This record gives sequence, C-alpha cells and structure tokens, in this order.
Amino acid sequence: MPLLDIQDLKTYFFTEDGVVQAVDGVSFDIEPGQKVGLVGESGCGKSVTALSIMRLVPDPPGRIVEGKVLFQGRNLLDLNKEEMRRIRGASISMIFQDPMTSLNPVFTVGSQIDEAIQLHQGLEPVEAREKTIEMLNLVRIPNPDGVVEEYPHELSGGMRQRCMIAMALSCRPKLLIADEPTTALDVTIEAQILDLMDDLNDRLNTALLLITHDMGVIAEMCEKVAVMYAGTIVEMADVRTLFNDPQHPYTIGLLSSIPSIDIGREDLKIIPGAVPDLINPPSGCRFHPRCAFAKGICKRERPELVQVGNGHYVACHR
Amino acid sequence: MKQVNDSLLKVVDLKKYFSIAKGMVRREITYVRAVDEVSFDIDHEKTLGLVGESGCGKTTVGRTIIRLLDPTSGQILFSDDHQQTDIAQLKSRQLREMRRNMQIVFQDPQSSLNPRRTVRDTIAEPLQILEGLKGERLEIRVLELLEDVGLNPEHAQRYPHEFSGGQRQRIGVARAIAVNPKLVILDEPTSSLDVSVQAQILNLLLELQREHHMSYLFISHDLSVIRHMCDRVAVMYLGQIMEAGDIKEVFRDARHPYTRALLSSIPVPDPGKKRQHIILEGTVPNAINPPSGCRFHTRCPFAKSICSTQEPREYTAGQGHRVKCHFPDLQFD
Repeated sequence: MPLLDIQDLKTYFFTEDGVVQAVDGVSFDIEPGQKVGLVGESGCGKSVTALSIMRLVPDPPGRIVEGKVLFQGRNLLDLNKEEMRRIRGASISMIFQDPMTSLNPVFTVGSQIDEAIQLHQGLEPVEAREKTIEMLNLVRIPNPDGVVEEYPHELSGGMRQRCMIAMALSCRPKLLIADEPTTALDVTIEAQILDLMDDLNDRLNTALLLITHDMGVIAEMCEKVAVMYAGTIVEMADVRTLFNDPQHPYTIGLLSSIPSIDIGREDLKIIPGAVPDLINPPSGCRFHPRCAFAKGICKRERPELVQVGNGHYVACHR
Repeated sequence: MKQVNDSLLKVVDLKKYFSIAKGMVRREITYVRAVDEVSFDIDHEKTLGLVGESGCGKTTVGRTIIRLLDPTSGQILFSDDHQQTDIAQLKSRQLREMRRNMQIVFQDPQSSLNPRRTVRDTIAEPLQILEGLKGERLEIRVLELLEDVGLNPEHAQRYPHEFSGGQRQRIGVARAIAVNPKLVILDEPTSSLDVSVQAQILNLLLELQREHHMSYLFISHDLSVIRHMCDRVAVMYLGQIMEAGDIKEVFRDARHPYTRALLSSIPVPDPGKKRQHIILEGTVPNAINPPSGCRFHTRCPFAKSICSTQEPREYTAGQGHRVKCHFPDLQFD
C-alpha cells in the first residue's frame, strides 16, 4: 500500500473575479521512503497541492471540492480538525521556501522546536530540550547548545532552514513535504541543504515530496517526478525516464529552455506565450494554445493521463 | 595624447565602502567594504558576466559603474570615439550626457517601473530627456522599440500591472535600449522569472545585442545563465574578484577553489550525472570585518596557514585568465 495516495484532487479558490481552478484533478502516490518531485512554473498548482494534503488551504476563499487524500489508507479529507492536528507535524510535516516567515521571530529557535516535541510526544520540558539538541546535531548545526538560545534573526538563511528541517523531522514523520526549500538560498548553501535532506531520507527513511521549479534540484534529489501545468499533471515518470525520454510537449519545452552549463551562447528553444489564467483555463488540453503539435481534438477534449511505459504516464492526445 | 585602450569600459581598483554610524552618539564609524579593489574590462559588443552569491558586491559594482552610487575610489574609464572619460570623476551635467551611453535593467520589473505611467510614457522619457525627441518622431520611435522587444503597438497605452513578469521585463529592456546605449548593465534580469519566460528574455537580449552592437555587464547568481550569455566571467566573493577569464576556460579549467565549489554546487538537470559536490562549510562572512589574508580562507577546503595571514596576489593562469589564490596550480580531487 502506498504511503500517500492522492486521487482526483480538486482545489478551487472562490474569488470575486471567478473560480480559480488551481488544482484540477490531480492523482499520484508516494511509497514509504520514496522521494517524489512535483515540478512546474509559478501558478501551476504545485504548492496548492501540498497545502491540500496538509489541509492548510485558506478557507475562504479556497476549498477542496473533490477527491481523496489517502494517507496510510485513511482519507485525510474526512478527518475532523483535532484528528488532522495530530497528523500534522507528527506523521506529515512541511517546510517552506522562506524559513524566516515560518519561524516565530519573538521566540528562541530552541523553544519553538521544544514546543513541537512536547505537543506531539508529550515529553517534559527537560527531555524535550535534549531531543531538540539531538535534532540540531542531526541537521549538522555547529554548536547546538548555543543555537537553541538564539532568535531566528540571529541565524543565516541556511541555518534557519536547518532549524526548520530539525523541527519538521523531530517527531519522525513518515512524510516530509518540502515546498521550494532551497529557492531562497545561495547555491553553495543550497548544496549543503540538499545534501543534508538526501542523507536524512536515507537514515530516517522519511518519504519526501519535493516541490520545486528547478529541474536541476529534481534530477539530483528525486526518484519519481510529476510535471504540473495549469492545475493538472501532464507527465509522470521515474526521474531517468522523464529526463531521457520526455513525451509531453510541455516537459520537452521546459527541459530545453534551461540554459546548460556545458554549451553557451546559442538561442534557447522556447515555449511561446505565457501560463494561462486559471479562472478561464483553455478548453480541452490546457497547454494547447502554447503547443507546437496542437490539433483539433486538443481544443475540444481534455487528455487523460495514460500509461505509455513502465510507470510512465502522459496526458497528451499525440 | 591620451592612450586609448581597446576596451569599451575599463574599471581600475574600484572601491565602494558604505559607512555605518555606531555607538551611543553615532560617531564611531565603521565601513562595509562592499566592493574592494575590483578591476575588469568590458570589450566592444561583448558580454562580461559578474557572478557571486548574495552580498558579494556584484550589484554594487553595477550601480557604481553607472553612478547610481558614487565610488569611494578607483577609475571607471569609458572609451568612446577615441575619447576616454573617467566616469568616476563626472559631475551631474556631464553624467547625464554620459547616461546616453550606459543604461541599466533591474531585477524586479515590478518595482522598477512606475505604476502610474503608461508603457508609452516610460519608454518615451529617456528619449525626451536625453535625445530631445518629440512629436511624431517620438511616437514612431516608441512603437519601434515596442516591436524590438516583442510587444505590440496596442500595449503602449497600458499600465505595468496589466502585464506579466516577462512582459514587464521587456518594457524595462525597451526603456534601457531606447537611447542606443553602448553598454547595458543587466542586474539579475531574469531571476524573478519562470524558466520558460527566462528563456524568452535571454533570447531577446542576445538578439538585441547582435542588432544594436551593445556590450553587456550581466550580473547574476546563476552560473548556467552566465555560461549561456557571456564571453568572459568574473567571480566575486566578499567584494573582490577571485577569478576572471574567458567563459569557456573558466568553466572548463577553474583554478580558484571558490569557483570550483560554485560550479560543483549547481544542481544539473541530468539524473545520469552523479554529483561530486565540493560542499563548502559555513556561510559568507560579514563584509564589515572580512577575514584576514585571503577572504575565502574561512570556507576554503584547501586553506593553508599563509592563506589566513597574507592576501594573495593575482596570478595569471592563461590568456586573460587571472586567479587570486596562493595556490593557483592546486590539483583538486
């Protein structure tokens, strides 16, 4: 049984201007310990998918209108608030792009991690502090005894993200959702954090759902990848297949628009146009206005995600 | 007679210190040494990349060169029609004249465009002030520029908020190239854009450079983008250039441990390649009190004792390839 099984998830935002179909029929699953990437450009619905799993979609205006989020066989969408609180942080935790906004600026880092541990594991303050220091050691923070007494603004961006990871993993969750965890960091710090996350996945066997716009990060970190476009998954495969044999025109375009560090000064192949408005998304295949291969059927019918190879799924009429 | 060099722009020992008042009566002054003795050349119709992590001083270099900031010391020599001008010495009127030759495109097109002005007004302004264009000639020029950057004539009367990020950056580019500058400073022009839109803007910049014979100073933290756009590259760390040279040579045969670490840190979109990261410990130190000796020694995996006591000189590692390291011939791995 997969650890997480998302079936036909639809999350809409009901705004004054109309209904934004941010996530519109997304299905995928994650095995225990597996590292899965969700990749796409801004506004494709990847973050809303993550927030839907955590049931953190701001309501109003957002609402999960359809679908199932099965975690260890249990539909998270059926749980009441109290049951969901026990899942969050304990079985599924999440880290965000900007660690500064997810840490409370008026409490020390140590007390914030202590709180999470006390809440979910019912430990006494002294035991919780021991656990906190153990976690900070685990995420390779130098001098954890000193760092627990510091406030978030006293730490660098990389250190803050390490603290967030320590907090997220403190209750040994089965699934860690990381939403653009390294986007705000410099490249040498990004390398440190990715290396750490990879190592922790090995050691703790925590499954990872990594959300990013960076194909490089996906290639280095993930075993399986789902590519999202305008609220839907357009292609899904194991990481090697996706990069070596992409089938969907959007995936192909996305991969060829990345500048390479090996060849320079040639025009990049581009995807014309821009991401569509999700209040009035294009009919049929949502990618058809930008697709070089679009035919009549692409305007009329929405393509289903069909299997084209072992574990390789594509939503395209071609 | 003054010797005129071949480069369009020659920057010599540029320094920019920012003063910070400290203490109860705010009289004790300390300095952030944002740019500390930086030298480089930009050739005609070529692109120099300036790359480094946040706080390394690359943006300050760009802004000091066009005098949005005044340099603390150093020369900024601009050669034009066999005449050489030191931009660092110019007073306000001459400076305005000089701005016809140099323009800048900023990272965030949202905050660098006036939200209350139409696209037409934004693009027309430099033409009116610097070129004295008006009437029909002005309107025709604005439409030409819109077409040059891939926008339509009907976009002229719209406001910035009506455009996507990529389109806004096109407006910023149109404004910059309006007065036919010789040099355009591109300060992280695509960092806030999605990768598919970034590709469109990068292609546009390459095309405009070919058509209008411009030189670029391309400032970015993204090494793949730098590799794609530049002829030469300078790698900055804590206000200094650590390594500079031909783009292909530096990427193939990087000599400075910092350049090596940067190159090995890039996540490569190829799952077949097993990464061999040189993981740098710690973070960039504070520019108020930069480390003694080589500024990189606190994070350098190969640092020896001399590195913490003596500032390395610049070694030549090949044609136009210079390295600021005590051990430029060090073998890695």
